[in-house]
Amino acid sequence: MADWIDACAADDIEEEDLIRFDHGERTFAIYRSPDNSFFCTDGLCTHEQVHLEDGLVMDYVIECPKHNGQFDYRTGKALRAPVCENLGTYPVKVEGGRVFIQI
Amino acid sequence: MSRRDYSMLGADGVRAVETGLAAAQWYHSDIPRAEMKALMKRENGPAVRDTITLYGCMLAFAGAGIALWPQVAGSFAVWPSLVSLPFWLAYGVLYGSAMDSRWHECSHGTAFRTPWMNDVVYQIASFMMVRNPITWRWSHARHHTDTLIVGRDPEIVAMRPPKLARILANLLGLVDAWTGWSRMLLNASGRLSAEEATFIPQSEQPKVIRVARIWLAIYALVIAAAIWMGSILPLMLVGLPRLYGAWHHVVTGVMQHAGLAENVLDHRLNSRTVYINPISRFIYWNMNYHVEHHMFPMVPYYRLPALHAKIKHDLPAASPSMLAAYAEIIPVLWRQLRNEELFIKRALPATARPYREDLHQTALRPAAA
Repeated sequence: MADWIDACAADDIEEEDLIRFDHGERTFAIYRSPDNSFFCTDGLCTHEQVHLEDGLVMDYVIECPKHNGQFDYRTGKALRAPVCENLGTYPVKVEGGRVFIQI
Repeated sequence: MSRRDYSMLGADGVRAVETGLAAAQWYHSDIPRAEMKALMKRENGPAVRDTITLYGCMLAFAGAGIALWPQVAGSFAVWPSLVSLPFWLAYGVLYGSAMDSRWHECSHGTAFRTPWMNDVVYQIASFMMVRNPITWRWSHARHHTDTLIVGRDPEIVAMRPPKLARILANLLGLVDAWTGWSRMLLNASGRLSAEEATFIPQSEQPKVIRVARIWLAIYALVIAAAIWMGSILPLMLVGLPRLYGAWHHVVTGVMQHAGLAENVLDHRLNSRTVYINPISRFIYWNMNYHVEHHMFPMVPYYRLPALHAKIKHDLPAASPSMLAAYAEIIPVLWRQLRNEELFIKRALPATARPYREDLHQTALRPAAA
């Protein structure tokens, strides 16, 4: 069973935005959607391993800052070339104003 | 004989991977996240306005060109009239040059907020520029990953030594458009070139072939119409403007990187921002802010002037005009014919963060006269 990890405070992430979260050797992106839900994906774009932390969140889409490839961050689905490979996603819960991710 | 191997399959490309120049981390000017988010924000308004203006002007110029086309016994003559030429030249620049910037901005997906609008304009512009929309999306992604890295960047225009005859010929599309049509024929036959196969994922390759076949069918119809009418009129509308209207995109495109450092990881060293006139900025969709575009490709064209204002303290001074840019470029390209080690080192203002000496020892050495 994967562990729930306390990643950040809910208020650390602005609405329709993301932050980077590093844990051990791994790196993640945690998103807050326009309807105030939270999601987590792998941090690196599947195209050329650029971190998504500087990317643009538009509705439920994250756009990679390097080549403008896009993913649906709720499902990790690759939406726009040059990304072809989906992004890994992880369960998220919010308790007591903290965001936990299961990895 | 050049010591540089610009092919995607050559020794320089292998060396770039071995030395960490490929897919490396690049320098970025500091911009607070909140300000960056505002700069990246997409909207449809500016690009819808510009697209309506662009296609409206194309219709008007082409309409005037057709109205002034000479008639012989109730049919269109073979050639256009002299009086119609200004209209065709204007139409040609919008077809063979403005479509270059539309292709570019929509390949990034930044022009419109609505994805299908980007896609529609991208497909039309790709056809007009004779750039397969699949192939060139990947080619341009590589250009952004490895800007001016020899053997990795497939879009280097002015090589060392520069191929001046090729650049001049491309003012009339004589190399790049013909290459595009040759590639179209190759792809339509179900094949890709060896270089294309290095940067187009296998899953995308069938799409390259499908697009090439659709284009071939369109050109076949246009040529058939020209033969049936006994007039080059259909070709003046589709195909030929890629040649007679290409000059503006070459003039603006060469300024982007020509004469600057290769194999560096800082766009301030290998890209050029130039202040240009408003008509050229409309045609070029603000890509004269080229350092800014490469540093932050997520910023749409209509916010590049604002981005420029925000980070210009950290960038080399912009060239004040196209004339000034070419006064800098031409002598260096000329001298590179004899000495390919020459290049322009871009000086930073005192307010800028310095170049990283450890990464750019060769590029920061004073250029020889």
